Amino acid sequence: MEATVRETVEQKPERLLDRQVIDDQEAVTAAATVGKPFVEAPKMAMRNVNVFYGEKQAIFDVSMDIGSNEVVSMIGPSGCGKSTFLRALNRMNDTIEGCWIEGSLQLEGQDIYDPKLDVVPLRARVGMVFQKPNPFPKSIYDNVAYGPRIHGLVDRRADLDEVVETSLQRAGLWNEVKDRLAQPGTGLSGGQQQRLCIARTIAVSPEVILMDEPCSALDPIATAKIEELIAELSENFTIAIVTHSMQQAARVSSRTAYFHLGKLIEVNDTEKVFTNPEHELTEAYITGRFG
Amino acid sequence: MDTSTLLAVTAALTALAYVIGRGRSLSQAANVGGIRNLNSLPFYYGMLTALWCGLPALALLILWVIFDEPIIHALVIDSLPEQMRQLSGSELGLLINSVENIAAGNSAAMGVDPHLQAASERLISLREASRQALVVVVLCGGLLFGIFGWARVRPQLKARVQVETTFKLALLLCSCIAIVTTLGIVLSVLFESLRFFQTVSFFDFIFGLDWSPQMAIRADQVGSSGAFGAVPLFVGTLLISAIAMLVAVPTGLMAAIYLSEYAGRRLRAVVKPLLEVLAGIPTVVYGFFAALTVAPMIRDNGAVLGLDVSSESALAAGLVMGVMIIPFVSSLSDDVINAVPQSLRDGSFGLGATRSETIRQVVIPAALPGIVGGVLLAVSRAIGETMIVVMAAGLAANLTANPLESVTTVTVQIVTLLVGDQEFDSPKTLSAFALGLMLFVVTLTLNYIALHVVRKYREQYE
Ligand SMILES: Nc1ncnc2c1ncn2[C@@H]1O[C@H](COP(=O)(O)OP(=O)(O)OP(=O)(O)O)[C@@H](O)[C@H]1O
Ligand SMILES: [Mg+2]
Repeated sequence: MEATVRETVEQKPERLLDRQVIDDQEAVTAAATVGKPFVEAPKMAMRNVNVFYGEKQAIFDVSMDIGSNEVVSMIGPSGCGKSTFLRALNRMNDTIEGCWIEGSLQLEGQDIYDPKLDVVPLRARVGMVFQKPNPFPKSIYDNVAYGPRIHGLVDRRADLDEVVETSLQRAGLWNEVKDRLAQPGTGLSGGQQQRLCIARTIAVSPEVILMDEPCSALDPIATAKIEELIAELSENFTIAIVTHSMQQAARVSSRTAYFHLGKLIEVNDTEKVFTNPEHELTEAYITGRFG
Repeated sequence: MDTSTLLAVTAALTALAYVIGRGRSLSQAANVGGIRNLNSLPFYYGMLTALWCGLPALALLILWVIFDEPIIHALVIDSLPEQMRQLSGSELGLLINSVENIAAGNSAAMGVDPHLQAASERLISLREASRQALVVVVLCGGLLFGIFGWARVRPQLKARVQVETTFKLALLLCSCIAIVTTLGIVLSVLFESLRFFQTVSFFDFIFGLDWSPQMAIRADQVGSSGAFGAVPLFVGTLLISAIAMLVAVPTGLMAAIYLSEYAGRRLRAVVKPLLEVLAGIPTVVYGFFAALTVAPMIRDNGAVLGLDVSSESALAAGLVMGVMIIPFVSSLSDDVINAVPQSLRDGSFGLGATRSETIRQVVIPAALPGIVGGVLLAVSRAIGETMIVVMAAGLAANLTANPLESVTTVTVQIVTLLVGDQEFDSPKTLSAFALGLMLFVVTLTLNYIALHVVRKYREQYE
């Protein structure tokens, strides 16, 4: 997707680099989120969220909900703050020096930035899958068993075996690895590694799964498998997925959020976003008028 | 013209060759329609011409410097009268020496053998001639070859390839020098050791439990049996190294973990250089710190506890050596821990692991091979360390595992065997080479394993 975007840039330089961007700035400054940012009985509710990296503000006043068992996709140009916002949802930004957050973020009514809150159970409830597959340098089995072990989710070895097997099965990897569970996870192909990471995440049965461009390193077949998996997972889990592929967003999600320069421009039913967007910036983006 | 002026002139000539070689390529480029039609950039043509000028000149200079003295001496000897030429090699050497002395004006001019006087005059004139010839030969050589190189400059000439090949050869030469030096050291140690093993059996040396390298100089001397069992030395080395590693590995590793995983950027910026200051303290300073502060402290505290601690103990040397090695372990571990990709930590945090779980179960296992490699390098450092042990652990070759007694190490014995006036071919002196050889083999093995482990670790993330 990046490549196509760049090609577009090269084809239409004058529009993109001059007029359009200046227009953007004005439009963005004026923007208030349009569409359907809020739902009834949300799983996660974010209100007036600002995220700063030191002096630099990366997210401006974002408010939206994520409903239970809903798949929300987040799209927008590179550098617009999608990852930043996603990482704010399970406090992964805590590990970045100089990063701080304002506003209210709630998981089932509980403030997740409450200073008294322990981030460890929070992250067990809100799991994360990263853009680049990052299996631990351990065996496939130990990769999946890692979460259940540190959270003490199972007492007996047999139970652990079962958790590992079901997680791998749900991630669609079981058949490929069942005979080589003792081999290192780093020895798998990129697509298999990414599914291993998903299996690892669902092994702790989080309620919400955050995925940051989970398919960006994968071929179309592996991508299709993961999209299938997302559809399946949405029966039990709430999923927020960042993607650069609008087709992917259209295929997997029920609502789509469009970010631009750190602002949330529009949140709407996915179909509506891609057929009849309310905001001109959204329209400009999905029709490929700028990256 | 003396040699340094000659060198400067040659350098200037070479620079000139660069300029005109480059100029020629430029003017040829104009004929064929621009630099793009040259095989290489003008820079390479200039370099090639410069190499053609400079390298032969340098080679001639070096050859001349190597061979002119022997040739001059031979010529001087030829001019001596018949009966002097008949002398044996070493006597001739002496003769040449006195000729040299006369030539240098060191001998009284009076009462000197007229033949030698004549020879010394001949020596001086030959030297003078040689020096002038050298200038002519080197400059003419440089000039001729330079012109040849200049004439070769054509658009088709693959100047870049040739220049790069030359530089590659120069690099190869440099690495060969390092290798050859190492090889030379190893061989000389090996040959001296072989001489040692002619007097003392190899197995007595390796397995002998007694070390007292005093040889009887007179047959009736007492108390100088000469026993060359190296086991006590290696046990002592092992004991001290083990104590040092017990101090250095946990401390260094924990410090590295703290610095790379917990410490904020500002603290890190202060603590890391401070830790590295430890590595900059000369070992001799550690040595007297060990001997004058730590060893007496241990002895006194031991006395309070009712332990019998000798005033020079393995414990004191080992502790201080451990402190010395801490920065070594910590900075190597810090590097490998930092090399563990952040994405692994994120993955672990994303599953709800705490920082310490992440460190114990993800970061350390991922960094372990590198850490092991670092520790092995530190071990070979500890084994080779001498100063601290000389000063703090004593010289008595006790075969003991008790860290409170005084022990000695291989390196310390090598030092004591070779300081002072020694006969060079006594087994006592030669045993130092055997010890050195053993030590070399041990540290080489350790380093080899360490490098191997480290390399294997690198492959994992590339
Ligand atoms: N660790 C950081 N320190 C400082 N600034 C950061 C950091 N991470 C991100 N940023 C800045 O915050 C802004 C948003 O970055 P973010 O990674 O959220 O973008 P993104 O929408 O995920 O982009 P992409 O689609 O390329 O992944 C960018 O301008 C980026 O430069
Ligand atoms: Mg991103």
